[in-house]
Amino acid sequence: MSTSLTSLTIADARAQLGDRSISARELAESHIAGIEASRALNAFVSETADRAIADAARADARLAKGDAGVLEGIPVAIKDLFCTKGVLSTAGSHILNGFVPAYESTVTANMWREGAVMLGKTNMDEFAMGSSNETSYYGPVLNPWRRPGDNRDLVPGGSSGGSAAAVAAQLCLGATGTDTGGSIRQPAAFTGTVGLKPTYGRCSRWGIVAFASSLDQAGPMTRTVGDAAIMLKAMAGYDAKDSTSVDVAVPDYESVLEDSVKGLRIGIPAEYRIDGTPAEIVALWESGIAWLKDAGAEIVAVSLPHTKYALPAYYIVAPAEASSNLARYDGVRYGLRVDQGDLTEMYEATRAAGFGAEVKRRILIGTYVLSAGYYDAYYLQAQKVRTLIADDFKQAWQKVDVLLTPTTPEPAFGVGEKSDDPVAMYLNDILTVPANMAGLPALSLPAGLSSQGLPLGLQVVGRAFDEETVLRVGRALERAAAFDGRPAPWWRSS
Amino acid sequence: MPDEDLAPMADELSGILKWIEQLNEVGTAGVEPMTSVVGHPLHHRDDVVTDGGCREDILGNATETADGYFVVPKVIE
Repeated sequence: MSTSLTSLTIADARAQLGDRSISARELAESHIAGIEASRALNAFVSETADRAIADAARADARLAKGDAGVLEGIPVAIKDLFCTKGVLSTAGSHILNGFVPAYESTVTANMWREGAVMLGKTNMDEFAMGSSNETSYYGPVLNPWRRPGDNRDLVPGGSSGGSAAAVAAQLCLGATGTDTGGSIRQPAAFTGTVGLKPTYGRCSRWGIVAFASSLDQAGPMTRTVGDAAIMLKAMAGYDAKDSTSVDVAVPDYESVLEDSVKGLRIGIPAEYRIDGTPAEIVALWESGIAWLKDAGAEIVAVSLPHTKYALPAYYIVAPAEASSNLARYDGVRYGLRVDQGDLTEMYEATRAAGFGAEVKRRILIGTYVLSAGYYDAYYLQAQKVRTLIADDFKQAWQKVDVLLTPTTPEPAFGVGEKSDDPVAMYLNDILTVPANMAGLPALSLPAGLSSQGLPLGLQVVGRAFDEETVLRVGRALERAAAFDGRPAPWWRSS
Repeated sequence: MPDEDLAPMADELSGILKWIEQLNEVGTAGVEPMTSVVGHPLHHRDDVVTDGGCREDILGNATETADGYFVVPKVIE
């Protein structure tokens, strides 16, 4: 087995597939072997090796004909929130036990059309509710990174933790994630990978198991900014089956990646400097500012005064939408069914057995904040605060082109460290949630290591539908940071 | 939910709601509640059937079916 094939970027693999110096089949085989040797990470719920070999054969045929798509022959992993036709799709929940969709999500259909090769479905927090991957029915994913000299397991972040771990451990060249409050960017930061949450409406939500429909957005997780650009191009596009999908042209993101950031105005929001942020995170942020300044960008101090209210408002809006979306799991049409007594008792027993503790918490909160008598005080107030948060960003766009912030308030933490305190877990998303509340595109890229040797991420937030500038600034930061950290492969069985 | 889980769950929910209540500090008089972040009008489509004829697919994941229907415990005595 060749490890060099699994360490390629998508861009390099595309070039080598294009000149036939490697085949899609050998690329798929080396990844399949890597996945089989890495089960200790628990990154996958389902491995689809046979499917990958079949996809690769098709890709090799198209490559031979000179008929290659954007992702032709590229082995990818799919978060288990995407419905994939004929392949178990669980959302990390027991309540979808045995569910095999008869249809394909639009985003994955777009990727298969462009020639991508499916390696499997990645583990995730149950219904994408979590920041550590510990809420999955299929057990926690482990972060490939450990603190040097310390063999305690760390979380990979969440909810797209399986995708992030798979990308970091070189089990795939790229993976899909979804991001409702930070679920692409926070695990990317925790695993030293790149994660992009596109503008709300850029990628179709059709066929993705719904968590909070006004916030959910699919995006790419990769090892380089350029690879995120390639993958987004294949994933994005208008879809009549999603009423919130926006009918705007998908640009060629790759073509602007290397453009200079000279003259761009970079906003530094004062409110993202939260009390108690570790000095090393602040120092990394200052490095990012210096790198962009050196590249000719103009640094501008801005204020987003409602930032601190984004997270509590999110914990009204997201559970409210979730309580409605998750009402459909009743044990009748698909998934788990616990037969007990009459119909009502069957519903209750099914939902009691099928949902984990975090999902139950959020359904209860969501139902409460939408209930008569509390609706105005909680839900309506949160939606008004959401307007103020979006207005803060609109004001900022008068003065700057993108915002630069840290992605997370801390590096990866230990398995079990925060599972007893929901609010402490929620605070992980404090810097990522505002972009969801306003529907804006945001990228996390690895920019350095903590004093304990763990990756740290910087976040670039842009105007709606301006992923191009976000990626361009991300690429400039990537070039300057020259992050080349790799986790030591402690998890591999030979 | 099992009885022994009720008290811890109540404590956790109280903690979360107490933390959420900081939103009351925000003055929102005259602010419109957010209804969409996109700001694009919804598309209209023709009112025609675009899908169907896939009963087996729809029933394929059910625990119990009979004669093309989902089966649930008896609800009418």
